Amino acid sequence: MNYACTLGLRRYVFPDLKTVLAKASPARSGDMLAGVAAASEEERMAARCVLADIPLARFLQEAVVPYEHDEVTRLILDSHVPAAFAPVAGLSVGEFRDWLLSDLADGPTLSALAPGITPEMAAAVSKLMRNQDLILVAAKCSVITRFRNTLGLPGRLAVRLQPNHPTDDARGIAASMLDGLLYGAGDAVIGINPATDSLPAITTLLHLIDDFREQYEVPTQSCVLTHVTNTVRAIEKGAPVDLVFQSIGGTEAVNRSFGVSADLLDEANIAALELGRGTLGDNVMYFETGQGSALSANAHHGADQQTLEARAYGLARRYKPLLVNTVVGFIGPEYLYDGKQIIRAGLEDHFCGKLLGLPMGCDICYTNHAEADQDDMDTLLTLLGVAGINFIIGVPGADDIMLNYQSTSFHDALYLRRVLDRRRAPEFEDWLERMNIADFGGNLLPQSEAQPLLALAGSL
Amino acid sequence: MSKPAIVTADPWQRLQALTRARIALGRSGASLPTREVLRFGTAHAQARDAVHQALDVAALQADLENAGFASLAVHSQAADRSVYLRRPDWGRSLAPESTRLLREDAPTLWAPRPRLALVLADGLSSLATDSHGLHMLQALLPYFPDLRSQPVIVASQARVALGDEIGHLLGAEQVVMMIGERPGLSSPDSLGLYLTAGPRPGLTDAQRNCISNVRPEGLGYQDAARKLAFLIAGALKLGRTGVDLKDDSDTAAPLPAPSGLHSSLARL
Repeated sequence: MNYACTLGLRRYVFPDLKTVLAKASPARSGDMLAGVAAASEEERMAARCVLADIPLARFLQEAVVPYEHDEVTRLILDSHVPAAFAPVAGLSVGEFRDWLLSDLADGPTLSALAPGITPEMAAAVSKLMRNQDLILVAAKCSVITRFRNTLGLPGRLAVRLQPNHPTDDARGIAASMLDGLLYGAGDAVIGINPATDSLPAITTLLHLIDDFREQYEVPTQSCVLTHVTNTVRAIEKGAPVDLVFQSIGGTEAVNRSFGVSADLLDEANIAALELGRGTLGDNVMYFETGQGSALSANAHHGADQQTLEARAYGLARRYKPLLVNTVVGFIGPEYLYDGKQIIRAGLEDHFCGKLLGLPMGCDICYTNHAEADQDDMDTLLTLLGVAGINFIIGVPGADDIMLNYQSTSFHDALYLRRVLDRRRAPEFEDWLERMNIADFGGNLLPQSEAQPLLALAGSL
Repeated sequence: MSKPAIVTADPWQRLQALTRARIALGRSGASLPTREVLRFGTAHAQARDAVHQALDVAALQADLENAGFASLAVHSQAADRSVYLRRPDWGRSLAPESTRLLREDAPTLWAPRPRLALVLADGLSSLATDSHGLHMLQALLPYFPDLRSQPVIVASQARVALGDEIGHLLGAEQVVMMIGERPGLSSPDSLGLYLTAGPRPGLTDAQRNCISNVRPEGLGYQDAARKLAFLIAGALKLGRTGVDLKDDSDTAAPLPAPSGLHSSLARL
């Protein structure tokens, strides 16, 4: 196919689909670092004009990363469902944008469409969309998942409680966990990033959360975010594993750098399903992703970072995960330079994930060497709230003292609930009310020493 | 007359003794109280300053000289901080004039093929280099009595791998890169120590050993020096650094080894 157009006095010719996608992408430092970004603003618009006219069906014929070299490509193309694709099979990328924004594309229609859309199609259309388009279409998508509670219902917002501690100190972790629960956070998952990969330490943490959850009958799930092979070993040792966590990326090579493959994930998924610990559903996987991971592993195949990020979702959806979290600002300014780039990337990731049928959350975050601050995070938080994000992260005071970056706080979630009237997962909401932590409307109640969780705090 | 309580306090403040995490902050309605907004803003300001303040190379070299260390100053190919942050690859290679300096001036200061090359680099926190660099050298002296005859290089706009090229040009057997780590909100001055045997361009992080979070509130100078001396001796015996060289200097407190996306992305 010929990828060319004339803008003004210049003729722009692009060698392949991968190049069109990369040059059409909104500016970001990671694509410049990779040498795949548009060289001028006009070239970026030329690429978008070309992209708008490319038939969606072309994406089934021309792979961004070669089929024979990459298992993620094979998985994407082999699992494509033509019947689901049928409603948009005759559209170009530009027409697809119009269709998504139109009243033809309501929630049920978009849910039915998901298996027919490839990650590259989602990435392509996102490059033609403004921020408000990404928000509007994502807000029409509904992705509901279940383990011990129900996540992703319309009008709901969940929080992953992230009580990390730099030395995995049990009492330090418990203190942050109680703080979060008393702030009404933790319905998505209580998830710890461990400081060490040692199996005994991980098992200790799993028991710490699980014993607590059982004692207080908290309708949520727990996770220790260690490598999938460690989690499988923990399962073999009989540890109380609810969810299997793994970081994944959009190419076979970046996943190799993470030490994973589809086979390994299949195996872990089956092991977790066999435990049967979910009471309401069997979504047992928790994935984290982030634009730029493939480039940082030198595994990007000359593709832009946003397209590769969408391909990671193509891998994720094979496993019907409970949670998919794009850790958007963690990677640093060489991939997403400033607040503007982080905000755009967060909206793109949420949109692409939702369009592909995934329960998207976002770690709305930044590091201290990025040109970003709390105001930028407030903006992205608000926008993703409007877009109907399934869950966000809750870290005490937004300061993760283990991973040394700033995420969102328990207070941030309360802000979003107030301004957008977003409620917690229904089962968790009922528990908070039973525990006198929140009232019927979901507002926090003043606490006293009579609070049962504080009795536990006294024993720490 | 006492004012009515505007801020809702959290009656679990005693838990603050168990963690440095920002817990029991209280709330104004559902939001962060003013006191905490200011405390957070101050910590962020300090971390930002640590990233953006240029290393005072002349002052550091003067301090080194007073302490009996001869030094040379080099610069990476990243001209300034803004370029440095966008182009980590440029922070990993020397500016041409610095290459020349190491080729021509180093032989007048130090013997050829030194045992150790020591690099004090700004990295992502010049505050860390400025505050702890010289203290670390002094803490190493008891382990290496001839430390003052080894080359000390002060490097600006540097990434960890810049040490490979420096060590290679000096013909050093091992290079120790002492570099400012990405500042955390409560730790703007963490120094990282990276040991690489047989330094030469093109090595990967899997071929080094790292000691992280060196600062008085984290890993103290004496403990860091003991660990580094242990690794240097171990690398000599093993013939290489990297994943095969284990830090067993303190089995009660092994170095943390986080996994997955976060650790892969947190590299300097």
